[in-house]
Amino acid sequence: MPTTITVTVNGTTRTNEVDERLLLVQYLREVQNLTGTHIGCDTSNCGACTVHLNGKAVKSCTVFAVQADGGTVKTVEGLASNGVMHPMQAAFKEKHGLQCGFCTPGMIMTSIELLERNPNPSEAEIRRGIRGNLCRCTGYHNIVEAVKFAAAGTGGKK
Amino acid sequence: MVTMTSAPFEYMRPKTVAEASRLLSKYGGGAKLLAGGHSLVPLMKLRLASPQALIDLSGVGELKGINSSASGLSIGAMTTYHELESSVEVQRAAPLLADAASQVADAQVRNFGTIGGAVSHSDPSADLPAVVLALDAVMKTATQRAGRDIPVERFFKDFLTTALRQNEVLTRIEVPKLPANTGTSYIKQSNKASHYAVVGVAAVITLGADGVCERARVAITGAGPYAVRAKRTERMLVGKKLAPNVIRNAAKRAGAEISGSFNEDVHASAGYREAMTQVFAERAITAAVANAR
Ligand SMILES: Cc1cc2nc3c(=O)[nH]c(=O)nc-3n(C[C@H](O)[C@H](O)[C@H](O)COP(=O)(O)OP(=O)(O)OC[C@H]3O[C@@H](n4cnc5c(N)ncnc54)[C@H](O)[C@@H]3O)c2cc1C
Ligand code: FES
Ligand code: FES
Repeated sequence: MPTTITVTVNGTTRTNEVDERLLLVQYLREVQNLTGTHIGCDTSNCGACTVHLNGKAVKSCTVFAVQADGGTVKTVEGLASNGVMHPMQAAFKEKHGLQCGFCTPGMIMTSIELLERNPNPSEAEIRRGIRGNLCRCTGYHNIVEAVKFAAAGTGGKK
Repeated sequence: MVTMTSAPFEYMRPKTVAEASRLLSKYGGGAKLLAGGHSLVPLMKLRLASPQALIDLSGVGELKGINSSASGLSIGAMTTYHELESSVEVQRAAPLLADAASQVADAQVRNFGTIGGAVSHSDPSADLPAVVLALDAVMKTATQRAGRDIPVERFFKDFLTTALRQNEVLTRIEVPKLPANTGTSYIKQSNKASHYAVVGVAAVITLGADGVCERARVAITGAGPYAVRAKRTERMLVGKKLAPNVIRNAAKRAGAEISGSFNEDVHASAGYREAMTQVFAERAITAAVANAR
């Protein structure tokens, strides 16, 4: 029984008919054609599907799209403005915080929230902050370096 | 084609507890309340749960917010782990709860998982059931018609089973103010992937002026089908000066109240859980005593 939902994704508000059991990640990828958000495990563990829902990082395979009705979503596609990368994206590029790149959109969305809450994290706090995001390639070293670099770039401010 | 992992359901977002309870009654057991969804949605995706209707509590204002008073804290059921760990009131009045909340899962799960969902679900490996037991919390509930106060000791009934009735909504968790000279601690052996408790122990210890233990609460999660108070251990602490050997001997009985056998699964054998219950009880009590001084 389809339901109508209105969601603002990366600043654009759209109304769509969706099946109630459509997951938010499926809505973003299949309905909005925003395939930057990845599906890694589909079991709430890997964090590849992390987006911001109403300002909070969430694994979008663990919420139904109907739960986002009336809300706002930000995905990795919404980070750059006028072709200029978000400082966290630039930091991942600068520090080579990726290899295959599959985990990267989720890592970036989680790391952005981490710095919003704690602009000057220690290495331990960074590792703890991204523990819901798994990376099969990097061994995390350069991801942690990237988050440190982004934090330094903001001068410890939001 | 998008693959639908859950069975179909109707979705509704009531504005009041009364309306949520009315909807629960209307579906007569076919509906489920949806809080953070971080236990329920994964179960639905595996079709281990296939409710006919989901009643999303996110629009119910009465279930939100943390109020602090002279008698303690009143915490709305929809309060998230993140709100608990970052609340100055919770950090001050119930540091045990703030600390345990910060140990749950990861940042994303803590943004959405709620205290109400965690205790209503009564997952054998969840952290907060042990914590609310050790804090002597009172579970406030409501239906369309009436409310009741359930002492936490009578709340957890079995594996995934609580005292909540079919049309009852858990509204608030009340945490009484702790006596002076009380120390608290929650320590768990966590699953490396999910961070669920393989075994977790919450301890709340009050010392008298002479260093003698006046009051003890020790609660265990992860070990058995549901979280329990370790009353035998508590009795072995009260009235004594808590030297290391006293704590160790008391901790040896921490598994005595586990109902039936210890849990056995891919993460740990029953024997390992039994041994770790003692080890983590000793550590949690020791840490609580250190905080109380
Ligand atoms: C990857 C991952 C890791 C996790 N790791 C941990 C961990 O380390 N420790 C831990 O403790 N938990 C862990 N969890 C579980 C998580 O904490 C859940 O969020 C929590 O147990 C349930 O809360 P919820 O708000 O998401 O509830 P929901 O999933 O929405 O609901 C759970 C159940 O409670 C019922 N319910 C919800 N609210 C009410 C209410 N107000 N009144 C009556 N019934 C209600 C629902 O109907 C449902 O049956 C993890 C989850 C995931 C996905
Ligand atoms: S795809 Fe959502 S957590 Fe892995
Ligand atoms: S870069 Fe390949 S999974 Fe992280």
